[in-house]
Order: sequence, then structure tokens, then C-alpha cells
Amino acid sequence: MSGAVESEAFRDAERERQADAFGMWIFIGSEAMLFGAVMLVYLTARMAHPEGFGEASSRLSLLLGTVNTAVLITSSLAMALADLLVKLGRRRAAAWALAATALLGLAFLAVKGVEYADEVREGLAPVLGLPFAFEGADPRGAQLFFELYFASTGLHAAHLIGGLAAIATVLATWRRSTDAACLRRTRAVGLYWHFVDIVWVFLFPLLYLVHR
Amino acid sequence: MSERIGAVPATYMGEGSGPRAWLLTTDHKRVAWLYLVALTVFFFLGGAMAVLIRVELATPAGDLVSDDAYDRLFSIHGIIMVWFFLVPSIPATLGNFLLPLMIGARDLAFPRLNLASWYVFIFGSGFTLYSVIAGGVDTGWTFYTPFSTMFSNSYVSAAAFGVFIVGFSTIMTGINFIVTVHKLRAPGLTWFRLPIFVWTMYATALVMVLATPVLAASLILIVLERVFGIGVFDPGLGGDPLLFQHLFWFYSHPAVYIMILPGMGVVSEILPCFSRRPLFGYTAVALSSMAIAIFGFLVWGHHMFVSGQSAYAGLVFSFLSYCVAIPSAIKVFNWSLTLRKGEIAFETSMLYALGFLGLFTFGGLAGLFLAALAVDVHVHDTYFVVAHFHYIMVGGMVTAFMAGIHFWWPKITGRMYSETWGRIAAIVTFLGFNLTFFPQYVLGFLGMPRRYHAYPPEFAFWHILSSAGAVVLALGYLMPLFSLGWSLFRGPRAPDNPWRATGLEWKTTSPPPPHNFDETPVVDGPPYRYPLAEDGA
Repeated sequence: MSGAVESEAFRDAERERQADAFGMWIFIGSEAMLFGAVMLVYLTARMAHPEGFGEASSRLSLLLGTVNTAVLITSSLAMALADLLVKLGRRRAAAWALAATALLGLAFLAVKGVEYADEVREGLAPVLGLPFAFEGADPRGAQLFFELYFASTGLHAAHLIGGLAAIATVLATWRRSTDAACLRRTRAVGLYWHFVDIVWVFLFPLLYLVHR
Repeated sequence: MSERIGAVPATYMGEGSGPRAWLLTTDHKRVAWLYLVALTVFFFLGGAMAVLIRVELATPAGDLVSDDAYDRLFSIHGIIMVWFFLVPSIPATLGNFLLPLMIGARDLAFPRLNLASWYVFIFGSGFTLYSVIAGGVDTGWTFYTPFSTMFSNSYVSAAAFGVFIVGFSTIMTGINFIVTVHKLRAPGLTWFRLPIFVWTMYATALVMVLATPVLAASLILIVLERVFGIGVFDPGLGGDPLLFQHLFWFYSHPAVYIMILPGMGVVSEILPCFSRRPLFGYTAVALSSMAIAIFGFLVWGHHMFVSGQSAYAGLVFSFLSYCVAIPSAIKVFNWSLTLRKGEIAFETSMLYALGFLGLFTFGGLAGLFLAALAVDVHVHDTYFVVAHFHYIMVGGMVTAFMAGIHFWWPKITGRMYSETWGRIAAIVTFLGFNLTFFPQYVLGFLGMPRRYHAYPPEFAFWHILSSAGAVVLALGYLMPLFSLGWSLFRGPRAPDNPWRATGLEWKTTSPPPPHNFDETPVVDGPPYRYPLAEDGA
């Protein structure tokens, strides 16, 4: 057993796997505080500008947002399958499931990119000095909404890219690794991936469903 | 002393000595050294800024530096001291070194993450130092909006971004400590057999992990506002500048406990050892650390009594701030009762620890003044506040840091230092500290506001006292640098347990072998079983 541990701090692989998963939970707790703070800022601004936020939200593409929600939740399903498969010892199939997770993650980013491009074209991106024009009762509130929309979805996308990098790292060392190492890493990456998914599950109604 | 015959035993210090062996190490003991070197540099850098500040304030006229330069001086003094010294100070050095030793582990749970945290720290702090060299920051360490976002034309973005990066290093350390305490305790080492130092590291790590991301969010929003024009704190764009204060203090008040809890852990180890008495009220001391960590999250609004937050919020925050004093008071009473009927030995680290006890109590009591709504309105943003937090942060934490460094120095280096010089330094530091900061309480109460480089002549007497004290204090901090530095190369060899202390770290050799213990220790009882049988009691 002792050959299976990666960190010299541990004497057996099971303990190390528990520690890795536990460490990831703690990290997720920390990340939840980060997104919590961002959502708090969003909600504070929304309470100050209910009208502007409602109008601005209805300019987002509900169709693309919904598709993306489905894509991301499906990617979590693939990740759950990868975890199950690696536990059953079917490492080849598990690697494919991880690859599918990553592909769905890329699809999410692609759709998000299309949305961003549309919003820039419609003059709804008040960042980086891009032209911004909004007709409505509370254009200042709408501008704040779009700023927070880009900040929060951008932060989420950055986390998703981090998850993709983690999956790529796990897959790159997949063949050379022991069963225990594959299981441990899939668990840890999986936890993180599900967390990024759940953040979106909160962001989607907050941003897309304000006045519906 | 273990029976070593002939060959020199393998120690972590002998495992390769080139820069590669140190800079790519994953041994927690060597990473602790990396931090110790970096933090010492930052401490003296921040200290040099403080000396410049005190020299400027030695005369009522602003004659040494311009008002603009003065703003930059105190801002970078605060930023360096808070984020690049106090927050990592004890956890990243003593905590890194001792936590695995105290719980009988071979290393921290994630050794590579530990090394990575140091590089992240160096990168982030280097980024901030760049902003200083490029022209400085004039917002104070608090980066208050809307000044920092709309009006300041200094290098706010670079400085804030550097602090943001250093935050990741803090979170990495926090995760590592929590997992290590949960998963790597030696057989028989139950939670209520843990040394208090481990409890305080655990509580500190919890605060690090849960509070730092909120700082990250608020700093990144400042950078986004300055660079991308996202106006969440800009009233002109529909934002709210007060929101920044809420987010900032939601981190920065718990961060005060990141900065003091480890110090409490250090003195909880030293006081029993040098009074040969078990720690009084162990369970209460252990749980009060957790209580401080939890209550610390609920009091941020006491920094905002005059900000225009609702009077009801002010009342609640005032009440909760009194509540958070209770667990601190529990500790002070228990430490005092530990000394009762003890055989007290005034070794260097004990002198520092006793200094901590007095200065922390004094600073903490001033905190109660500030928690009172009406008094706070009078002394808000005056030198009274400056004196209060320096009593806690410098009188408390830095004194505890010195106590801990002296207490575990023989274990860390395998060398003894000069007790005589150590004791002199401890006393000089105590006197210099009080001379520097006690006058600031008086100044604050008389109405001297903080952050001004010139002042009316009637304040001169107290300012001159304070500046004179700063010279003594600087001497007090320079002395250990030389006496410990000398001992590192020339000091006599230290035995395994020079202070006859309990605790697993004293069971292994000085300095410890690469994997800490030749065989995993087994724990069969509570900590602090003083007096030891060999004391003849």
C-alpha cells in the first residue's frame, strides 16, 4: 500500500484519498465565500435598482442561457459517471467520461462567447470602454446590471477554465498513474466541477430570470 | 538527550544545502525557513517605514516628507505589516514548522501546495512592492472607496492586485492546516489532547479559508472599477461606496483574529512550561479559540459606527463586539491562573510571553472603549485607534512571535542563543513599545487625528515621547536579529528538550530529522503534564 501514496505525509492511500477530498471540500467552502460576496454585491445593487435590473435582465438571451444550463448540468452527469467508472476499475471508460465532461465544458464556454459577442454588438457591454446604450426607465441601473453580469459570469467562466485545466492535467497523467491515484484525482476534480456547476445554477436565475 | 555515538544524526538542515535544495523543497520545516527569511525582510522594511513616520512626527511641522509622501509611507507601512508580515507571521513560520511535529505527522497534508503557497506569496508581495517603487499608494491599507477607485492617482490597482494574490497563499496555508489537523494526528492524539497552539492554528486556518475570499472579491472589484470601469462602488454609476467597507471589514475584522489567535497559541505553550504548571482550564482555552474565530465574523460593523450605517445595526455590532471580548478574557484569566503557585523561570521567551499578556490585555481593554458607540464617535480615526491596534498587533502578536521564535529556536536550529542578550532585548522591547504607543492613547483622546504629517504644537510633547520610544523599540527588534543570527552559526548545540517542555516536538531530535520522527509517536494522555517527574515534584 505504501507505494501508492503521492505525498510523503501519508502512510496509506485510503487516508490520502480522504484527505484530498476533504481538502477540496474546504477549498469549495472558501470559493463559496468568494461567489457569495459577488452575489451579495449583485443583490445589493439589485435592491437599489429593481426597475433597471428587470429591464436589463430581459435583454439577455434566455434561450442561450437555458441551453448552457442544460449543457453544464449534463457535464456534471458525465463527471459523476467518470467517478463511478473509475471506482469500478473501468479506467478507459472513465477517461472517456472525463473527456466528455471537458468537451461539454468547452461547449458551455463557446455558447457563453456567442452570448458575449451578441451583447457587445447590441451595445450592452459597459466594460473596457465599449459603447453602451440602453433605452429604458433606469439606464444607470441597467448599466450596473450588465457590469455585474460580465463580472460574475466572467468569474464563473474563469473557474470553469480552471476546471478544464484540472481535467486536462488528470487525463495527461492518466495512463502512468495507479488506480488509487486516478480515483483520488477524479474525486477531487469532480467535487470542484460540481461546485462550478452549482454556482451557475445560482447565477442563472439571479441574472436571467429577474422579471419572468 | 538521545544517545548519539559517532556519526552525526541526519537532520532536515543537512539534506542538501544548495539553493535548489532549499527553493524546491517540500519539507514543511524548510518551507517555514523560506517564509521566515521573507517575513523578516518585510518586517524590517515595514519597520523602516514606521521609523520614517515617527521621525517626521518628532516635530509639529511637516518638514521631513511632503503630505503626499507621508500618505504613501503610512499606506505601505500598513500594507506590508498587515498582509506581508502579521497575517502569515506565526502560521507560515512557526505553524508550518511545528504543526506536523506537534501532532506527530511526517509533513503537512499537501507538501507541494505548501511550497506553492510561498511562491504565490513572493509573487504577490513582489507585485505590491513594484507598485511602491513605481510611485506608491496613498489610500491607507484599507483601500477605502470612493477615494481608492475614483480619486487616488497612485498605483492602487497594482497594490490591490498584489494583496489579492497573496490572499491565495493564505488560503492554501489554511486548507493545508485544516486537513493536516483532521487527517494526520498521531495515534491516541484526540482533539482534546491537542496542544493549544494546534487549536489556535486550526481556528486561524478556518478564518483564513472563509474570510480571505471576501477580501479577494472586494479587492478585485476595486481593480475592475479602476481598470474596466465597473462601477459597483461608484455612486455616480449607481453603486454604493459603503458596500466596500462592509466587504472589506467582513474580511479584515476576522483577519485581526488571524493575526492574534496564533500569538495566543504561542503563549499558551510557553506560560505552562516556565511556570511548571499545567495550563489552567485547558478545555475553556481551546474552545474560546473557536469562539473567537466564529464571533469574529459577526462584528465587522464596529469599524463603521460613524459611516452612516443604521443606528440599530450599530447597536447590534456594539453588543456583539462586547461578546467577542468574553472568550479573549477567558484566555487572559486562564493564563494568569496558570502562573499561580508556579515555579516561574524568567527565560527570554517567558519574558516575551509575560509582555504579551500585559500588552494584549491593555490593548484589548481599549478595544472595549472603542466598541462603545458614543466613545467611538469621539475617538474614531484618532491616535486612540492607532494605539489600540498597535497594542494588539505589535504588543500582542509581534511580542508573541518573538516569544515563539525564542522558545522553539533550539528545536528549529539545534542551537542555543545568549539568554542574557535575549532577556535584555525582551525588556528593551517592552519598555520601548510602551513608550511609543502609550502616548498615542493620550494623543487620540486629546483629539489628534491619525494620518496627518503635521500637527498643532500642543501635541508635540506626546509625539516626541512616542518618537523617542520608537527608537528604543527599533533597538529592541534589532538585538534578536543579531543574537539569533550569531547563535545560528556560533551558538552552542541545543539538547533535544532544553526547556523540559511537554509536547511531541520536544520528543524528536534538535533539529528534527527529515521526516520528523523515526517512528510514529503514540500519545497516551493530555498535554501540559507539568511538573515533569524529573522536576522532582
